[in-house]
Amino acid sequence: MQHQSVLENWLRGIALALIVLFFMFPIFWILLMSLQTNETILRSPPSMVFSPTLSNYQAIFAGRLDSNAASLDIRFLGNLWNSIILSVGSVGVALLFGVPAAYAFARYKFRGSEDIAFTLLSFRFAPPLLVLLPLTSYFQTLGIADTYFGLIWVYQLICLPLILWIVRGYFEDIPADVEHAYRIAGHGWFATFRNIALPLARPGIAAAGLLAFIFAWNNFIFALVLASADKQPVTVGALAFVTASGIQYGQIAAAVVLSIAPTLALALYAQRYLVEGLSLGAVKG
Amino acid sequence: MTGRSHRFGLSPRFEKISEVQHKGIRAGRISREVLPYLLSLPALLVCIGILIPFGTAIWYSLQRYRLSQPWNRGMNWGENYLNFLSEPDFWNTLQVSLVYAGLTVVLELLLGLGIALLLRRRTRLNNFISVILLMPLMTAPVLAALMFKLMTNPNFGILSYFMQLAGFEDFRWGSDPSTALFTVILVDIWVYTPFMMILLLAGLRSLPPQPFEAAALDGVPRWQQFWRITLPMLMPYVLTASLFRLLDSIQQFDIIYALTQGGPGDTLMVFQVEAYLNFFQSTNIGRSAALLIILWAITFVLSNMFVKNWLRLRERARGEI
Repeated sequence: MQHQSVLENWLRGIALALIVLFFMFPIFWILLMSLQTNETILRSPPSMVFSPTLSNYQAIFAGRLDSNAASLDIRFLGNLWNSIILSVGSVGVALLFGVPAAYAFARYKFRGSEDIAFTLLSFRFAPPLLVLLPLTSYFQTLGIADTYFGLIWVYQLICLPLILWIVRGYFEDIPADVEHAYRIAGHGWFATFRNIALPLARPGIAAAGLLAFIFAWNNFIFALVLASADKQPVTVGALAFVTASGIQYGQIAAAVVLSIAPTLALALYAQRYLVEGLSLGAVKG
Repeated sequence: MTGRSHRFGLSPRFEKISEVQHKGIRAGRISREVLPYLLSLPALLVCIGILIPFGTAIWYSLQRYRLSQPWNRGMNWGENYLNFLSEPDFWNTLQVSLVYAGLTVVLELLLGLGIALLLRRRTRLNNFISVILLMPLMTAPVLAALMFKLMTNPNFGILSYFMQLAGFEDFRWGSDPSTALFTVILVDIWVYTPFMMILLLAGLRSLPPQPFEAAALDGVPRWQQFWRITLPMLMPYVLTASLFRLLDSIQQFDIIYALTQGGPGDTLMVFQVEAYLNFFQSTNIGRSAALLIILWAITFVLSNMFVKNWLRLRERARGEI
């Protein structure tokens, strides 16, 4: 493998540059758009020379846009807030329910354990609308159609399988002997779980939690079908924003930037765990 | 229970404590039967809450059920499914879904494998590139579609401008039936190629080095190394990653709905978009549910294949620690 010609190195470099360009360009371009006024966006030919402005972000944070024609209410900040509540809430619930279950599946081979674990996993692969469409009428009947509670519950379809299967792997990696020794010293299962298993599996729990957060944040279809207007997260809100704001392209771009920034930041922060999480533990990063 | 007994571990009342412990262990034995069920019960309850609507969907799919004709509602058993056989719309949906899923998975696999091979060596630059390539994957697909919508806008979109420079004066991207499929597949590739890439890269880097060293010593040309050694050894990863993507891609909704809502016309009416519009626009609940059950049957077969491969690979990854 050492005998690489100069030509080959050049080709490799060009290929990598093209790849980085293709995958980074849209993010870069939308970021530029978000810093421009409508006038500079609509220039032809497009140019990267402009005096950057934060007015689009200001309009979003102020909640209204005043132009010489009219003023427009922007509810996007509410969408951001909803996204935070829904994602944090879903991950919290999924951790609360998923981690003990993952521990049970990893430590105790009880009757039906594999069946239950696989049923939970199969939710990950079933068409979401199959569950969502009937749920619309159930949510009306149960009176949870307008609540965060209902959405957080349905978000468990995404978060729970992820947390269950990733954290289970981490629990299985802890040698059972360590726990046995602690048990023999006279500690109950809960003390063992809390003092031995949980701390040892913490990196896995953190990784699974972050990944579940990202998937909950990025989810669109659940909220599109079930969320009322005032509970919509950014994914649904951004799409509605396109029609609502008319031709305020700079603000659409700013809304997109604000919507993707949290997950991108988290992903870069947690990239070490992403590989394993994305493959549900099938591939080690 | 003996949860806190360790705090008294060295107390003078040792004998009493050990008696308590003894009881605790016995109690532990009894609860050993129940404990795992107790621990997984909350997760199970969430499950059951989700299985009920699933049953409802099956029931809907066996009904003549339109919201616009409530008087006409009733069981018609398999009629919704039988109707599909003679209905061009259904075959269009099936075809578009399969073409979309097939094309995206094949293209993403080829591109992802290529990138993974380029980034195979653990240099600082390669690691950096593989990290920043995660960004599209972490972008919500619906927002990615929105980004491309802005970039393909006929008035100011940068991609439309590039197309003009390349000589395509009137390239309409998502709004032209002949290029709509290309446009949504482009967005899908942008979002999901990194997924293939990082899985295959992790697979490549976990391959044992000995066969490659031996081949290099014997002077085996590199393209032959790729076909004879790398690819066969990487096959389990390729299979798992492709099945995973296929499962997601055949259910694609976000990108297509955000870009074209299944249009123009019915060019992009994949299963979930068609079912969504059936439910909310033409309010034909029965047909919508039947469509989703068919999609579910397809994903059920695929997911069984996936799980088999995934378990084997997972076992291997777990064994390598």
